[in-house]
Amino acid sequence: MTAPLPEFWQAETQTRLAPGEAVLAWLETDLDAQLRFSRGLLLLTDRRLLAGDANGTWRDWPWRQGLKIERRDHAGVGHLELTDAASLLAAWHYTLGLDESARRLAQCFLERNAASSEGREPEPCAVENCPGCGLPLPAGHALCSACTLEANRPPSTWTLLRLWRFARPYRNQLLVGFLLTLASTAATLVPPYLTMPLMDDVLIPFQNGTPIDPGRVKLYLGGLLAAALAAWALGWGKTYILARVSERIGADLRITTYQHLQSLSLEYFGGKRTGDLVARIGSETDRINVFLSLHLLDFATDLLMIGMTAAILLSINPWLALVTLLPLPFITWMIHVVRDRLRHGFEQADRVWSEITSVLTDTIPGIRVVKAFAQEKREVKRFSDANAHNLAVNDRVNTVWSLFAPSVTLLTEIGLLVVWMFGIWQVSQKEITVGVLAAFLAYISRFYGRLDSMSRIVSVTQKAAAGAKRIFDILDQASSVPETAKPIHPGRIEGAIAVKNAGFRYGNRTVLSGIDLSIAPGEMIGLVGQSGSGKSTLVNLICRFYDVAQGSILVDGADIRSFPIGEYRRNIGLVLQEPFLFFGTIAENIAYGRPDASREDIVAAARAAHAHEFILRLPHGYDSLAGERGQALSGGERQRISIARALLIDPRILILDEATSSVDTETELEIQAALENLVRGRTTIAIAHRLSTLRRADRLVVMERGKIVEVGRHDDLLEKQGAYYRLYQAQTKQMEGGEGEDA
Amino acid sequence: MPEFELARNAFGRLVLKNDEGVHEGVAPVRAFPVTAPGEGVALMSAQGRELAWIASMGALPDTTRILLEEALREREFMPEILRLVSVSGYAAPCEWKVETDRGDTAFTLKSEDDIRRISPSALILTDSHGVNFLIKNPVDLDRHSKKLLGRFL
Ligand SMILES: Nc1ncnc2c1ncn2[C@@H]1O[C@H](COP(=O)(O)OP(=O)(O)OP(=O)(O)O)[C@@H](O)[C@H]1O
Ligand SMILES: [Mg+2]
Repeated sequence: MTAPLPEFWQAETQTRLAPGEAVLAWLETDLDAQLRFSRGLLLLTDRRLLAGDANGTWRDWPWRQGLKIERRDHAGVGHLELTDAASLLAAWHYTLGLDESARRLAQCFLERNAASSEGREPEPCAVENCPGCGLPLPAGHALCSACTLEANRPPSTWTLLRLWRFARPYRNQLLVGFLLTLASTAATLVPPYLTMPLMDDVLIPFQNGTPIDPGRVKLYLGGLLAAALAAWALGWGKTYILARVSERIGADLRITTYQHLQSLSLEYFGGKRTGDLVARIGSETDRINVFLSLHLLDFATDLLMIGMTAAILLSINPWLALVTLLPLPFITWMIHVVRDRLRHGFEQADRVWSEITSVLTDTIPGIRVVKAFAQEKREVKRFSDANAHNLAVNDRVNTVWSLFAPSVTLLTEIGLLVVWMFGIWQVSQKEITVGVLAAFLAYISRFYGRLDSMSRIVSVTQKAAAGAKRIFDILDQASSVPETAKPIHPGRIEGAIAVKNAGFRYGNRTVLSGIDLSIAPGEMIGLVGQSGSGKSTLVNLICRFYDVAQGSILVDGADIRSFPIGEYRRNIGLVLQEPFLFFGTIAENIAYGRPDASREDIVAAARAAHAHEFILRLPHGYDSLAGERGQALSGGERQRISIARALLIDPRILILDEATSSVDTETELEIQAALENLVRGRTTIAIAHRLSTLRRADRLVVMERGKIVEVGRHDDLLEKQGAYYRLYQAQTKQMEGGEGEDA
Repeated sequence: MPEFELARNAFGRLVLKNDEGVHEGVAPVRAFPVTAPGEGVALMSAQGRELAWIASMGALPDTTRILLEEALREREFMPEILRLVSVSGYAAPCEWKVETDRGDTAFTLKSEDDIRRISPSALILTDSHGVNFLIKNPVDLDRHSKKLLGRFL
């Protein structure tokens, strides 16, 4: 069944549809002919195509032979064009969010065509709708992308509470820590209490002529000492336990975040800056950690202290207590006012900090380019600009912040003054003793001291909240190549690949469309085409680095989205266009995909990849360090290491993306020979610009601007004089030209 | 005078005629859509080859220029945000309601990283479906908009 129409259009369409006219499919467009935002409706019925716009203008095209609907998109806008043999009849436009509906409508139109040419009754087109928003679903998804986002929306405040998920495993230790905190705080409140009897029962009577009772004094002083010792021991216990726990929570947080990051798709990394991610996982987790272990602990202590002090003060003298607590509501209000400002300020500051790290992670790996073009000064300027930005943001936060802390101090000083005044008055009225006033003053100097430090918690809390948010940003990110709920375990696959009507977009740019290709197990396919024609992208889809936007890819007859990603990739050996080596020895790099490989296996793989000899020429053979990103090796050497790496896992599907692009002809021949070993008996997709490299291929697939234009054997394709012929011609001419110059 | 002729055919496609022949389905493309929209427009063939280069739109004869501008309007889609009406939260993901030079609309911003600076002043926002929105210069926005935008910069 088709989904119900949006309410906006229901009444109007009811009056326009003829009795018995059935709606087959519909699309609510959101752009007009000038691409301005405005709603319109396109209805496909069994008799005609009906379209209305926001101004209430309706047009229709009764069904006839030769009508065609075509869909294309560019720069985030999709277009549907209705044509007949002679001209364009109408066009509709929409933003790409509606693309699924539009494709369905176009598909439905095709089916309608087919039905009528076969003399059948047209049927409504089946649509599966997203349970979240009612829009049609992309095939095979449970929620549309907009709704997945909705489901993952993080709460904007209270982010810190989400850290509880990480604290839960430690709840027993946390409870012990809390009890210790309670006890140690209580212990610190004993000394001021003892000032009361010391004053009233010892000092003041002595001033009035009564001699000091040594027993009493010993008792009180002993009490003071005992309270101090108890506070020391308890404080040590609580700090130790809670610091340990928070360190562990911090570590868990870091590991979980990194783990999650590793599970995200390439699409996520494509849109991120390394420096930003490094800053998030490195320094933000650390900041949260410090917050938990130091500030939160202090804060809890302070709160307890304030609560207990208030209780004690109230029990001694309610009136004086009320006066003492007067500044508290003001301070709470102030905290409330500055909190949001501070949090956004700090979040900005974090982002700017990431900007600074990003400059570093950008330029340090690219230092050769910087130096080659003598742009050191400019890079320093870029760095100092980022720093200036950082200063500006922090200055803004500090303005708010610097005013806040002294204001709290001022309020507390005024509070103290009021207590003195009110206390002296009460003493003069004989309502309280001097001892009580002294005890009050002793309490509140602590109390206000804590208020001061509590106000500082506002900034660290907001800093930690900002950090927590940026970490949960990563944790909330769902992978765009999700693992299925009901996986099929591929085991060791045969290697039959079928790409069915696959399409793909990077952002709003369509890179592949309508790709159909089936590859038999053990077949070698050569993928050729101009630079940028989508060869690497197709290979990325087959590896499932990205998921197809339309269509599907089957391996051994099962959709690759139904395999657990790790198990599936274990069957694929990939030699990349830009081989990447990790910091470590050559042997470790070769064994990257199979860390348990024996030394014999590693050497055998290196031999097969024709890397053995050059490795032996290195100072420490297989134990030589490859340097960061393999810098210590030449391009061709790196490539051969990565071939050995792919060989070692003995994959069923082998993908070579320009595996021999950066080597001289002789080495290429060697690598060719190496590849022969590699290719034997495996399904192979080899991408190459030098067409001579693909002599052994069973079939050549020629791509042009995101489409497959020709498939066939070398000789047949040459005979066809098509796209392959042109590529080949261009290359042989260039080779001859080159030889001519040499001669 | 340009050494080509431009017209629209019955299918709404641009047709370019020059010394080398007739090309159907020609598309105009601005080389610097953000930093210098009036300079450097290329006419590309359906196969993605450059057929003609127009250094400055102002120097074209009126008919050609109007035809080109119309074609550009139909092809380019980067609404410029003139005002922010509301933003649903202080942190991404959130829903933005905006007024643009192409009318009012709403979109979802997936993450703060989807706000990119592409020149010293201009920002590009990419929504959850890959549509780009342009803010030419945040300083020129009104106070309310600036405040809302400030949450994310
Ligand atoms: N991560 C990406 N984000 C956006 N666009 C991309 C991305 N990767 C590739 N593209 C674009 O997709 C198109 C196809 O790229 P692809 O890497 O598949 O080309 P290719 O055929 O492998 O080219 P080459 O022979 O130069 O390696 C190119 O126009 C490129 O600009
Ligand atoms: Mg490539």
